[in-house]
Amino acid sequence: MTEAIRLALVVAAKDLRVELRSRTAIVSAVFFAALVLVIFNFARDPASVSAATLAPSILWITFTFAAMLTFNRAFALERENAALDGILLAPVSRSALFFGKYLGNLAFVGAVQAVTLPLFVLFFNVGLGRALPGLLLVTVLATAGFVAVGTVFSAMVVRTRFADLILPVLLLPFLVPPVIGAVQVTTRLLTGRPLSELAGWLRLLGVYDVIFLTLCALLFPAIMDE
Amino acid sequence: MIPTPAAAAATVRRGLAITLVALLGLAGVYVLAQVYTPTEVRQGLAQKIFYIHAPAAWAALMAFALVGIVSGLYLWLREPRLDLFAAASAEVGLAFSAVMLTTGPLWGKPVWGTWWTWDARLTLTLFLFFLFVGYLALRSALSEPAERARFSAVVGILGLVLVPFVHLSVYLFRTLHPAPVLLKPSAPSMPPVMLRTLLISIGVFTLLYIGFVTTRYGLAVLAEARRGPDGD
Repeated sequence: MTEAIRLALVVAAKDLRVELRSRTAIVSAVFFAALVLVIFNFARDPASVSAATLAPSILWITFTFAAMLTFNRAFALERENAALDGILLAPVSRSALFFGKYLGNLAFVGAVQAVTLPLFVLFFNVGLGRALPGLLLVTVLATAGFVAVGTVFSAMVVRTRFADLILPVLLLPFLVPPVIGAVQVTTRLLTGRPLSELAGWLRLLGVYDVIFLTLCALLFPAIMDE
Repeated sequence: MIPTPAAAAATVRRGLAITLVALLGLAGVYVLAQVYTPTEVRQGLAQKIFYIHAPAAWAALMAFALVGIVSGLYLWLREPRLDLFAAASAEVGLAFSAVMLTTGPLWGKPVWGTWWTWDARLTLTLFLFFLFVGYLALRSALSEPAERARFSAVVGILGLVLVPFVHLSVYLFRTLHPAPVLLKPSAPSMPPVMLRTLLISIGVFTLLYIGFVTTRYGLAVLAEARRGPDGD
């Protein structure tokens, strides 16, 4: 078990090291998120809809769309020079490979979110104040589950010719529960409601994470079956 | 094991025969609903579409559940025929959910006063449709049969697990807002005559599903058998 965790961390560290050497994907993803925030600001009539009303939706559309664009990167990278065959030949279990890719994706998405959140506060003039710990909690809960599904789907769609189109078609329905929950919680947090009022949504997000992370870890080996 | 072309052709013929019987039954349902079932007092003739809408929804849900369950069986047994069945069920399910999504608004406009509303059950059925589309889009983008079977099985299973989550979250989403006054999807207790027509229609749609899936499955098996084991 500890060996599997170590191998997962090795795979994740490898992916992040590759990323940090070039930094192309992370920089593009961060600027993509910033641009989405800017576009969304102009995609409303400031006379009728205040920025605060729309802010939680904009934050979560930005988070999830930026995340979705990064998923294919993890396996597209391995397609080049048949690098995936090398990993599959190495004594690394399929589950360890899944968790490695999952952790790599999670770190990547987390980094994009860490840059997007201050920009969001700046652009939309949102006073986070005491809402910050709750917002971080809901971000983790809402992100953990759909990144697992995204990791599994991206491993499949990179084998097709239309990976960038098929991934959103498959993944967007799976974003519905996390996005609804996250937007509901964020809206209430930003209006100063206590976290205890939101226990139902947080529980739903938590159950989603546990079930889909488990299921994805169990199903991933079937995808890597050569 | 993929059966011989002759056996597959026999499956197609059997499917077409079942479909024919089911279509005759469907004609019977139309007559039964129009002539032998009383018209609902408040909704008027618009209510008649219910005898098509609800059975279509039933067939779509059944198709979806079978895609998920058979996908699980495929990953366990790795039997190519299970994959072909799941694909057939998804295609037929897509057709039935299209019927459900078109008959729903046709009824909703005169009765609810709106074509569409973000009611929990409506939203769920819309996502059922989207999941079928995603499943079939992935299938059409993959050419290697074993790979296509494994990948689509994964999507089938994850989709089935997603459905309760979507239902719960859209339900919570709506109940946190003031409910529309017009909208009351809770089924009224139904007079026995109407219930009889509904149950007969559900039986007919189930038969229609079996006929369609058998035909589609037989055609897929036939295509596989003609292609030969080398894949050419």
